[in-house]
Amino acid sequence: MKTLSRIYVGLIIFFLYAPVLVMIAFSFNESSSVWVFSGFSTKWYTGLLTDTTMLTALEHTLIIAVLSAVIATVIGTAAAVGILALRNKIAQKLVMSVTQIPMMNADIVTGISLMLLFIFFGKLLGLNESLGFFTVLIAHITFNLPYVILSVMPKLKQTDSRLREAALDLGCTPVQAFFKVILPSISTGIATGFIMAFTLSLDDFVISYFTCGHYQTLPIIIYNMTKKSVTPDTYALSTIIFVVIFVLLIFYNILQNKSEKSSKKGFGK
Amino acid sequence: MKNKSFGSRLIAAPYIVWSVIFIVVPLIIMFYFALTNESGVFTLANLASIGKYKKAFGISVLYAAISTLITLLLAYPMAYFMTKLKVSSQRMLMMIVMIPMWMNFLIRTYSWITLLANTGIINTFLGKLGLGPYKLMYTPGAVILGMVYDFIPYMILPIYSVLSKLDKSLLEAAEDLGSNGFTKFKRVILPLSKPGIISGVTMVFVPSVSTFYISQKLGGNKTMLIGDVIEYFFNLGPTYYNVASAISLVLMVMILICLFVMNRFSDDDDGGVII
Repeated sequence: MKTLSRIYVGLIIFFLYAPVLVMIAFSFNESSSVWVFSGFSTKWYTGLLTDTTMLTALEHTLIIAVLSAVIATVIGTAAAVGILALRNKIAQKLVMSVTQIPMMNADIVTGISLMLLFIFFGKLLGLNESLGFFTVLIAHITFNLPYVILSVMPKLKQTDSRLREAALDLGCTPVQAFFKVILPSISTGIATGFIMAFTLSLDDFVISYFTCGHYQTLPIIIYNMTKKSVTPDTYALSTIIFVVIFVLLIFYNILQNKSEKSSKKGFGK
Repeated sequence: MKNKSFGSRLIAAPYIVWSVIFIVVPLIIMFYFALTNESGVFTLANLASIGKYKKAFGISVLYAAISTLITLLLAYPMAYFMTKLKVSSQRMLMMIVMIPMWMNFLIRTYSWITLLANTGIINTFLGKLGLGPYKLMYTPGAVILGMVYDFIPYMILPIYSVLSKLDKSLLEAAEDLGSNGFTKFKRVILPLSKPGIISGVTMVFVPSVSTFYISQKLGGNKTMLIGDVIEYFFNLGPTYYNVASAISLVLMVMILICLFVMNRFSDDDDGGVII
């Protein structure tokens, strides 16, 4: 039974990684085919450094991901605090239901409804081109916010409200109490929310597709490429992103296991 | 005191304003587009024309349902076996399951073409064994495979997180009361993992039913899913926004009904839908 279950886990992992391995292999292909492997070459990697379309798109993607994650984290954390402070429970429920909409709705519907909004207001303002940097940024902040709120809120609920009262009794202003007492105790929730927002934004295709106009992000460029024919440079870029994430996560994991082990040893003493 | 709590309520204001403008208003505008014609006059013609896309709706729901079921059947044992391992290997495996999610899903989908094509890796391999070539690309199977592959982590993770928190003493109690392995699974483990299953099913079904990329790449032009129809109309330009909005509206309502039915199924109201 044990070996059977191991084999099963192995097969699922193989299924998850087979296309990834194919992609990595063909990023080193000498010819421009992603079908037939003709020889080893790193030219697609060096070629990336001079591909301005790709580099610009990468820059756009990173700018949007960082900005939208930061703004969503700030607004979302404040929102989580404020929503919990609402005395009117019906209003609280209503706000939370609206918050769930972007998570529950299909991306294509969210993308289209935002695009219609931007075009609608663009027309009112008499703009020729209503889609661009700001609209894609707004769209990303909008779909990031629920994830931030829902990662911060459980941490806030766990925080002992007496801590805040103690801080106030000891002479903190409410603002100081927030930054000195509440914020440290919800910091893991904020970090989780930020990371989720950042990665969601980095990877988003559908919503950007409908809201970005000429401000094209990497997924949009990749989409346009796969419409014609993919060359190994797209695979090379994806391989780089994949390796960076892979190394970071494995490293993080090892660190976490180590710190856990050392804390266990500490208890033993 | 009253003043202070007013202050902390006030900091939700930016978000509330934001969510009204960018979540509620866009949906209202979508309604408006769906119920008017090009010159802004009220009409039901857009909604009435949806009958033409019955087939696309039907195929979308069918494919999404099949791929959600397959995903569930593949993911449940995976999540279950994961909980049987050492804690450190569990965490490692969770990472391994999550890492492909960080790769662009367009690339993940596209690289299946290299595997499935007539001259692709699988057929070349089978050819060496004297089999095939089989037509794997541009088939319904390829589209369903793409959906299963792209969304399976969203099924494994919530089920795993529910199973790993399962109270061990309940399982012991079931054993003490004479349950064998199968009844223990059926009467204790499965009912308790329902919130994870519901959450996983939602997270796989919604993107599957509304996708347009997977069907375009792996299904060729033959399979028009409802997402493809919407995307097609939007690309035709502003004249077609009204019809496209009407289809999107129907898709949204359909998804909401599915979610509502599924939540009824779960018959517990502890809000297990959120991961």
